[in-house]
Amino acid sequence: MATRLFGEPIARTEDARLVTGQGRFLDDLGHDALAAAFVRSPHAHARILDIDVTPALDAGGLVAVYTYEDLPGRVGEPLPLLIPHPALTHGRTGYPLARDVVRHVGEPVVMVVATDRYAAEDAAAAIQVTYEPLPAVVGIENAAAARHLVHDDVPGNVAAVLVQQTGDAPAAIAAAPHRLELDLAIERSASMPLEGRGVYARYDPDDGRLRVHTSTQASTSVRMAIAAKLEMPPVQVDVVTPDVGGGFGVKVVHPWPEEVLLPWAARTLAGGGAPVEIKWAEDRREHFVSSAHERGQLQHVRVGFDDAGRVLGLDVEIRHDNGAYTPYGIIVPIVTSTQLLGPYKIGAYRVAATSLYTNTVIVTPYRGAGRPQGVFCMERTMDAIAAALGRDRADVRAANLIRPEEFPYDQGLTFQDGRPLIYDSGNYPKQLEMIRDLIGWDDFAALRERARAEGRRLGIGLGCYVEGTGVGPYEGGHVQVDTSGKVHVATGLTSQGQGHRTVFAQIAADELGVPLADVEVTTGDTRRFGYAVGTFASRAAVLSGNAIALAARKVRDKALRIAGEALEADPRDLEIVDGVVRVAGSPSASIPLRTVAVLANPLRYAFDADAAAATQFAGTGPGDDEPPVAPGTEPGLEGRDYYSPPRATFASGMHAAIVETDPETAEMRVLRYAVVHDCGPMINPRIVEGQIHGGVAQGIAGSLYERLVYDETGQLLNASFMDFLMPYATEIPHIESDHLETPSPLNPLGIKGAGEAGVIPVPAVIAAAIEDAEGIPIHSMPITPSDLHTLRSHP
Amino acid sequence: MSRPAEEPRHAITLTVNGTPYAVEVPARRLLSDCLRHDLRLTGTHVGCEHGVCGCCTVLLDGAPVRSCLTFAVTVDGHAVETVEGLAAGGEPSAVQRAFGECHALQCGFCTPGFLMTATALLRETPDPTDEEIVEGISGNLCRCTGYQNIVAAVRRAAASERT
Amino acid sequence: MKPPPFAYHAPEDVPAALRLLAEHGAGAKVLAGGQSLIPLLNMRLAAPAHLVDINRLAGLDAIAAGPDGVRVGALVRHAALARHAGAARTQPLLRRALRLVAHPVIRNRGTVVGSLAHADPAAELPAVLALLGGTVELASASGRRTVEAAEFFLGPLEPAARPDELAVGAWFPAAPGRSGCAFEEVTRRHGDFALAGVAATVTLSDDGRVTAARAAYVGVGSPPPVLDLTEAADGGADLRAYVGGRIEPEADIHATAEYRRHLAGVLTERALRAARRDALGER
Repeated sequence: MATRLFGEPIARTEDARLVTGQGRFLDDLGHDALAAAFVRSPHAHARILDIDVTPALDAGGLVAVYTYEDLPGRVGEPLPLLIPHPALTHGRTGYPLARDVVRHVGEPVVMVVATDRYAAEDAAAAIQVTYEPLPAVVGIENAAAARHLVHDDVPGNVAAVLVQQTGDAPAAIAAAPHRLELDLAIERSASMPLEGRGVYARYDPDDGRLRVHTSTQASTSVRMAIAAKLEMPPVQVDVVTPDVGGGFGVKVVHPWPEEVLLPWAARTLAGGGAPVEIKWAEDRREHFVSSAHERGQLQHVRVGFDDAGRVLGLDVEIRHDNGAYTPYGIIVPIVTSTQLLGPYKIGAYRVAATSLYTNTVIVTPYRGAGRPQGVFCMERTMDAIAAALGRDRADVRAANLIRPEEFPYDQGLTFQDGRPLIYDSGNYPKQLEMIRDLIGWDDFAALRERARAEGRRLGIGLGCYVEGTGVGPYEGGHVQVDTSGKVHVATGLTSQGQGHRTVFAQIAADELGVPLADVEVTTGDTRRFGYAVGTFASRAAVLSGNAIALAARKVRDKALRIAGEALEADPRDLEIVDGVVRVAGSPSASIPLRTVAVLANPLRYAFDADAAAATQFAGTGPGDDEPPVAPGTEPGLEGRDYYSPPRATFASGMHAAIVETDPETAEMRVLRYAVVHDCGPMINPRIVEGQIHGGVAQGIAGSLYERLVYDETGQLLNASFMDFLMPYATEIPHIESDHLETPSPLNPLGIKGAGEAGVIPVPAVIAAAIEDAEGIPIHSMPITPSDLHTLRSHP
Repeated sequence: MSRPAEEPRHAITLTVNGTPYAVEVPARRLLSDCLRHDLRLTGTHVGCEHGVCGCCTVLLDGAPVRSCLTFAVTVDGHAVETVEGLAAGGEPSAVQRAFGECHALQCGFCTPGFLMTATALLRETPDPTDEEIVEGISGNLCRCTGYQNIVAAVRRAAASERT
Repeated sequence: MKPPPFAYHAPEDVPAALRLLAEHGAGAKVLAGGQSLIPLLNMRLAAPAHLVDINRLAGLDAIAAGPDGVRVGALVRHAALARHAGAARTQPLLRRALRLVAHPVIRNRGTVVGSLAHADPAAELPAVLALLGGTVELASASGRRTVEAAEFFLGPLEPAARPDELAVGAWFPAAPGRSGCAFEEVTRRHGDFALAGVAATVTLSDDGRVTAARAAYVGVGSPPPVLDLTEAADGGADLRAYVGGRIEPEADIHATAEYRRHLAGVLTERALRAARRDALGER
């Protein structure tokens, strides 16, 4: 009996290729393609007065130059507003090439196509654009003050105001025994994958087909967007995701201007002649100024609580910087508003989120997608309550936790999937016990004293969160066994290093009873699977994992039915082990799956020797009165199914850290970082741990090192890795973790998502630990040694 | 600013993974682009083109360098090792095997840079302390793994090469 | 981010290099390690018409460690000098500073003389040269001259070299007997430019009193300030205030001027303590 693969920390199938340099990332493709480069706005806000391309026209290798004026029909329309929402009353998107006005440094103005990237950059550098600079709006306070507008037709720079409430929070706060008010500020950072974006488009006039490779998290949706913009039927458009060097959210935005412009230019340049290929692989500076960030929020909190620290009423006002445009709607502030509640049952809650425009790069989800901001708010509030009452911070959390017997727990709000925010499962009290244990919470006071005697300053922090994972609408899976016995699995969503091909193979191999090595998985290729949503919000394992399992079960059922006919056995007595269908307990009565695959497709013509078994005279078909393909079935040993969840399923976690601060230099160091995490049963524990490590590292990065700095004129001052400080190995501590598994009742596999877990509570935890060490309130993150030094002298 | 209609090309020879390659490149052709696009050795990746991320790290005459901060013409006649040369006779090296065994890669984009850096580190210091390992890889960025498993992989590779 | 086009020259000997610099002057840049220059070219922040690649010049990669000090040629890489046992014995401050310069991989290509000629106020080596009172040797088609450290760094990224001159070597004086040195800096990440850094030397009398104490500063202005701390280091005086009043740090996105000033004071104390322990052989 083969061992079950689900739950095994097996090594990844992706690795053999990647460690030998045989990855196929976007810029590894299309060596002979033309190259695109862009003239991008150097101003944060300006009117375009004139574009003079003549100095570029005699540049060597130039093929074409395009401005907004050249864009026809739908290509010249604004980019789509992907996620409309009733509260987003003033959503705005940009044009693929700027039309009249630029609204952030980096906005594309002119596209150049040349024989190679060096020549394209030369031509772009020669183009002269004349601008009339306009006042730039930078920072939330300036946006809200609205002395100047980012969009002339958006009063107050307000894109949206979203209010959600349960109960009467103001009244509950007024009636509470105790009250507190807090002002908090939190900046995230940016996804900053090491591979930037890229598009490689090929148009073939002979068959009118467009093939686009793009480094994306949402290839099926990119396909629909390109087809719509180019007014082509989607069946004529293939979008293929290559190996992707990290996404972390930034590559879920689509279509980027480049994703519209390159296919259009390829088709335009091809005319009726030979196929044309064009490629654009963005450089690091482009990524800083023209992709997406997830920057700041200002939060004002009013909370009412009792003597035990139970929150009776919570009223939060959030002001969110969404950058110059809102292609991704208001998902980030929605997630902040809803996930702020964490694992707690709050008496009454009111949240009002205002999303504001600024003349800066757009703000869209970055791993955590608004949760870190919400958790920062709730957890700093919990710590403030504990301080006010003189109670232990973990005990205050304990008083507020939802109990395991209270699931499903309805928070009374609408989540980012448009569905009710109902927590389905978890065990928060148990997690709290586990994290207290792992970090040594109860022994810390003694540790801190010993350190103080040596002149060292230590502090400990705690952070708790929940994450609604596995949001819909759906994902699908296709499983096919071919006549060699190999199993081909396809799903439409994408991979950026999460090991999808491994975990989906584990699932399919388990469901079918075949060796893992016989399973091949393709993700993100519309040629293999056309209906999908994308990889984001920690949903891939839940959605595609379940869809693939369901598809595999269909294949299994079909295989057993066909094998049953061949073996003259009842399908219920059959099992599949190591790719062989056999009567349970009687291994000699067996038929390999590859033969079942042959029999599944009644043939006239035997294309090889094995196929002869399915031809009309082989005697393997059904009876003389039965059609070879039974009504309602299809030829072939394959199956397709979809998983569409009723709502999100709730993963959760608690982190704790011990931080040391230098009394003289104010340098801060994380000495220990501990994670307790619950994503239900883990398909591959090693991959889950890897996701946690990477998430925590990004969380530490965003707490202590990374900040995107705009000056008052809207210039991004640190648009390079020299001044945008991503941590190296020397900056990231060892991460200790422990797991709890509470299965999800919402899907067949009982799993929950894990991709974002590591990053969510980190700023809250680090802020808490520094505050504990210093005795100074830390209400603004990120924090640098210089910031801490200033706080020490001016608390 | 006017530029020459045709950029002069320089004939150079690079020995890459033991094989001599003769190419003609403009003077400004970065070694990273020469390897990737002129020689079609795309295993070396480009993450920043200003020397900070380390994705482009190759070995030049045995020492790790940033290929994005090197002109191909400067290293005419020199020997370069890239990730494609690590597996001897089709067998992955100890470092390559250790990365897979320790789950030291996720998206794989930074991995060739780490493999070359770690390979050079272990050639010079076959039995490094954990501090020496972390110092040795301290110039390479990884956005996916949090480095923990990468350090474990280098430790494991060192141990396996000693046995 | 691809560099703009330039005319490329790879002279085979120093006279040929000097002729090229004489001819093209300010229109030419010298390429040695390239670790500072090539990022500027890739970002198109510099667009020299001519690049003079000196990597083929023979004889410029020599390190000579003698009783008077350490002499390095223009092509000596940071890594090579850091490894050189004789240099480490003659002037221990070199190895201590070099291990703080960027990252190991950058040190394999970047050159010591190139770092001096780049004159970045946030770099370690200019402060070391200034502290030790070393020299830079400049050659041109019209002759050679030696410039003292105190005259070499005119301002941020502004060395005293003329456009037609090539820095062909540098000299770091030997550490005197009964002396010790230390280099303390605070960076944001390992290997980054320092927010503030202090290189210090301390010389002791036979009975262990401080007869000389000097410090040079990184990241708080250019030319790198050099302070005589012999009296101020003698306990009693407020060393931090003494230092703080004599440097002019600037603010940037990473740190305020006040924080840098504070760091300079703290690091001076640490560096002097460490240098004294080093002089006593207690390191």
